[in-house]
Amino acid sequence: MTDGVLQSAPPLTSPRPRWQRLWAGLFGTPLNAAVTLCCLALLGWVVPPLLRWTLLDAVWVGPADRCSDAAGACWAFIGEKLRYILFGFYDQDRQWRPAAAGAILLALAGLSGMPLFWRRATLGLWLFGLAAALLLLTGGPAGPAVPTERWSGLPVSLLLAVVGLVGAFPLAVLLALARRSSMGGVRTLAVLFIEVTRGVPLIAVLYVATLLLPLMLPAGAAIDKLLRAQIAIVLFVSAYLAEILRAGLQSIPAGQYEAAQALGLGYWQSMRLVILPQALRTVIPSIVTLAIGLFQDTTLIIVIGLFDLLNTARTAAKDPAWLGFYDEAFSFAALIYLTVCVIASRYSLWLERRLRRC
Amino acid sequence: MPSSAVPPGALRSGPVAAVTLWWGGRSGLQAAILALVLLGGFLLGSNTLANMERFGITPGFAFLGRPAGFEIGEALLDYRPQDSYALALLVGLLNTVKVALAGCLIATVLGVLLGVARLSGNALLSGLVQGYVELVRSTPLLLQLFFWSATFQALPSPRQALNPLPGVFLCNRGIQLPAFADGRAGGWLLAAIALALALALAGTVLRRRLGRRDALSGLSVAAAACGLPAALLLASGAPLQVEVPELAGFNFSGGTTVSPEFSALLVGLVVNAAAMIAEIVRSGIQAVPAGQWEAARALGLPRHRIMRLVVLPQAMRVIVPLLTSSYLNLTKNSSLAVAIGFPDLVSVINTSANQTGQVLETMAIMMGAYLTVNLAVSAAMNLYNRRLAARGAR
Repeated sequence: MTDGVLQSAPPLTSPRPRWQRLWAGLFGTPLNAAVTLCCLALLGWVVPPLLRWTLLDAVWVGPADRCSDAAGACWAFIGEKLRYILFGFYDQDRQWRPAAAGAILLALAGLSGMPLFWRRATLGLWLFGLAAALLLLTGGPAGPAVPTERWSGLPVSLLLAVVGLVGAFPLAVLLALARRSSMGGVRTLAVLFIEVTRGVPLIAVLYVATLLLPLMLPAGAAIDKLLRAQIAIVLFVSAYLAEILRAGLQSIPAGQYEAAQALGLGYWQSMRLVILPQALRTVIPSIVTLAIGLFQDTTLIIVIGLFDLLNTARTAAKDPAWLGFYDEAFSFAALIYLTVCVIASRYSLWLERRLRRC
Repeated sequence: MPSSAVPPGALRSGPVAAVTLWWGGRSGLQAAILALVLLGGFLLGSNTLANMERFGITPGFAFLGRPAGFEIGEALLDYRPQDSYALALLVGLLNTVKVALAGCLIATVLGVLLGVARLSGNALLSGLVQGYVELVRSTPLLLQLFFWSATFQALPSPRQALNPLPGVFLCNRGIQLPAFADGRAGGWLLAAIALALALALAGTVLRRRLGRRDALSGLSVAAAACGLPAALLLASGAPLQVEVPELAGFNFSGGTTVSPEFSALLVGLVVNAAAMIAEIVRSGIQAVPAGQWEAARALGLPRHRIMRLVVLPQAMRVIVPLLTSSYLNLTKNSSLAVAIGFPDLVSVINTSANQTGQVLETMAIMMGAYLTVNLAVSAAMNLYNRRLAARGAR
């Protein structure tokens, strides 16, 4: 390598078998060997204590005082508090309702991920599913209503994320089209909204929705706190979604616009029938990434005093009988987020490969 | 529609034509939409004013001069509760800027190292980095911050403080670091560093202008940039004694203390952003076609020079715009400080809004501050990016 002649370079494609390349990477040079040993040392330092804490020394069942004697994790705490962490303050005997609502929301999201369901009929399914989930959560049609203050835990996280994304769609489409429109006034409005919203943190938008929105209503009118957070999330997401859709619109070749016009389609017809279906298809992976971020960002409603999964997990460890098992509570919440997000990101990778193929 | 959008004759130049071109067609529709938005804004605004009057709050920014009356845990300025709201907000803003600046710097260094490690041929190292990136990206940032906050609070008391490096102590009161005994020394040192940076920049520009590497060797530039400020610093007689923290009674004295809240926030933000930056660096380097590597190798360049002269300049064009957005994200994410008790801008704004009831004004200040910071960062990064793009086009 040092004398700089052509022959000194190693062959560009390695004919060696895979395990040999792996070995060369791990121990091929003194530097690589040192790096490998350092990594092994790090693993040796971190993994055994972690294993002891999570599995070997852990307490799986039993009362709280058994946990305080043990050196490991107290999974009995999670078992005891599972219903509280998942469903929060929702009426104990009717917790099948938020469970069913959460299942419906998850099923809707999962089904929409399948290319088989990328059709107009799915829209009806969504409307029906969302209505059913909301009906289940409110406690209707039979039985007393459950006020939104008692909605908490995982179903609230799912509801805020799913409704946030779906609710943002119509607004985002309009914003993306407006930003690409030739009408200067409308374009400026769209640019202002998108850039201002993307320029401030979600917490700021949530504070505006909690503190300022009630002031903006006529005297006597009031909006439910959870609904205010939902409105804030919808508006916030619509700005990001609009930028994703704009990228999709830009990727459609001009010939498609011209062909739609040549067929005699008007602006809205050509958008609805020709441009948007193609644009949406190209940006689905980006939308999945946005959805993953949104699901994680719903945890921020903690700062305005609402109870999502993370907050119920945190407050579970404040129960006097089971005080201070924060590590277990956070690990459990992290496991749920990790599962959902890893599945979603794997799906996104699969989708990208599939879309590139066809 | 494109056909109706550009009226005939709009191609003439001049301010009127420019405005006509910008406005486009469909004047009726546009006027209706604008009127609707204005009407909505007016309704909400008048409701807000009416409600404020009902609660006995005078609209306006006069409250900024009133004493704030609340403590702020840590402040870069000399702040006391009897100082004004304006000063309290400034202290909050400076805290946000402090954590954002430190976070961006450390996250960049860590992220680049991790990104390169991810691409190394060592399967174990790149696997570890991949696991780290995946773990960080698949859990909410707030959860990570709670974790770090709990970790810093669970550190031992000052008497049993951990001592990982000489002079550095970790305990539940925060991180104790060595510092200059005289408060002014830090200022002198900063000035010297600024002078060194300015000299280095001037030297580099001069070398480029002269067009010849040998006319002004890099070594002499470096020597001048380091030596001159150091000599000035020593000659000025600035008090440079370093003081090491020592256990005195139940707490440490001497040195400087980084609060547990700030530490948790900074570590959380850095760990999170470094994972994003590692991915950005990896994708940037991978975006350079293999043909570039092969061509550079065919020219006989050694590996580190291929990286420096061929691959990195091209990768930077992919990396910089993405890096900008991750800096902006870090700045915005620093608002999560409010959840772990660090007095950043959002936290001070929240307290002020609750105390005074001046919700409209405080929210406007908060949005304005974040927008200004964001616009400043993206303007600076766009300037740098344009230089990069121009160099590529030449």
